[in-house]
Amino acid sequence: MRELWEAFTGFLRTFGALQLFLLRLIVESPRVLMRPRLVSQQIFNAGALSLVLIMVCGFFVGAVIGLQGHSNLARFGSEDILGLFSALSLMKELGPVITALLFAGRAGTALASEIGLMRTTDQLSAMEMMAIDPVIRVATPRFLGGAISMPLLTAIFTSVGILGSWVVGVPLLGVDGGAFWSQMQAGVGMADVWEGILKSIVFGLAASLIAVWEGYNAIPTAEGVGRATTRTVVITAVVILVFDFMITALAISLG
Amino acid sequence: MNADHIVEIEDLHYARGNRPIFGGLNLNIRRGEVTAIMGPSGTGKTTLLRLITGQLVPDRGSIRVDGEWLAGLRRDGLFELRRKIGMLFQNGALLTDLSVYENVAFPLREHYELPERLIRHIVLTKLHAVGLRGAAEMMPTELSGGMARRVALARAMATDPRILIYDEPFVGLDPISMGVIVRLVRRMNDALDISSIVVSHDVQEINTVADSSYLISEGKVAASGSPDELSNAPSELVRQFMHGMADGPVPFHFPAPDYTSQLIGNGEGEGEDDA
Repeated sequence: MRELWEAFTGFLRTFGALQLFLLRLIVESPRVLMRPRLVSQQIFNAGALSLVLIMVCGFFVGAVIGLQGHSNLARFGSEDILGLFSALSLMKELGPVITALLFAGRAGTALASEIGLMRTTDQLSAMEMMAIDPVIRVATPRFLGGAISMPLLTAIFTSVGILGSWVVGVPLLGVDGGAFWSQMQAGVGMADVWEGILKSIVFGLAASLIAVWEGYNAIPTAEGVGRATTRTVVITAVVILVFDFMITALAISLG
Repeated sequence: MNADHIVEIEDLHYARGNRPIFGGLNLNIRRGEVTAIMGPSGTGKTTLLRLITGQLVPDRGSIRVDGEWLAGLRRDGLFELRRKIGMLFQNGALLTDLSVYENVAFPLREHYELPERLIRHIVLTKLHAVGLRGAAEMMPTELSGGMARRVALARAMATDPRILIYDEPFVGLDPISMGVIVRLVRRMNDALDISSIVVSHDVQEINTVADSSYLISEGKVAASGSPDELSNAPSELVRQFMHGMADGPVPFHFPAPDYTSQLIGNGEGEGEDDA
């Protein structure tokens, strides 16, 4: 019973510290944004370097939706709405969620291990000693880089996914091209687009925060950095899926 | 407060968890001198440096650096004070994503808006002082341990500090690199008119550069004075340390249950988690 209680208070303490950390990142953000080179370097690391992965995965996820969508919709004779079906599922669900999971695996782990190793090799202490705040110089630019990259990556994932669905649906399975696009145009509303954008922003903030936090607080040993990297992926995955449920429920209840 | 002292520590208490590290440590570091802080491994020498630089906060006692009382400083004040301190970490702690040149330029770029020509001038001067002007374009991973430490020294000097702190600068170096660092410690101190604190347990090397030394053991100053005074000190512990004797007041054996009974193995005294 006491262990349970300690685990609970420990969790609350960590959660509180995490919120304070987030607050500091946000407070320092304007100052860091004044030095665009720091942030653009991190957008390149988190975003541009994930681009090929995101595009390849986006294409195949879209292609699978094309296949599944076609074979299932054909049972009801409604293959024509394949475009709408793919666009909605990619835009609202698969785009943000899978991009965030891939982001955690590609960019999140890189962030966590990089910052963790900087801690292990005293680079963060050395900065402190040079009177340079590592939260400003190291953590905030990486957090911003990740948070800015995620919505952009999601948009690319979704677009490439729709293209993948088209490739499978229209030229290969013979869905009418005009119907594919016009159904999509008629059926997708701004609310659907916003839901996807909102999710990608929230997921981007969460994934970047977790990666930077785990790296920054890694135990300064080889094992500690390894654990921080693993935890980044695991925690991000769970948090993303929980948030996804909450935002979807909210969107439906408001819609 | 004594104006001759750049660092004054009074009645310092610090514990890590339940393990006390310092129990009433008193220590003064004189301006313009090279002061050595020695002690067996695990006596908290690095911890002491972190306390002096405000990276850790003491449980009790006062620390003054260059006249400023650390406990009275907020984060801004502490950062202001740290600009006067250059610190050399055990492994150099160079930023691995930046070249040697950019590492030395790093504190300059972060703190001051200087024209690129001036930065270049300062960086090359500092690198020349440690003999590594030719390595400016190399990356930290391409450097040997001794070179990395010299680059870190150039970086620590970049903003012209008043105090240079060296954490175990001689560990793991070949004799030539060691000689280079020993000479640099002395030369930097005298040429730049600064104060140096060297934490080390390399008795021979440190004795050639230090003006005075403190030997710390069990949370207190066990002995202090010039290298000669320490070498001839009557204390058993000081003699053991200064002459590198394996056994003495600091025992060779870590505390353990009785050897015979543990070997015969009647179960008593064995660790519970022995598989």
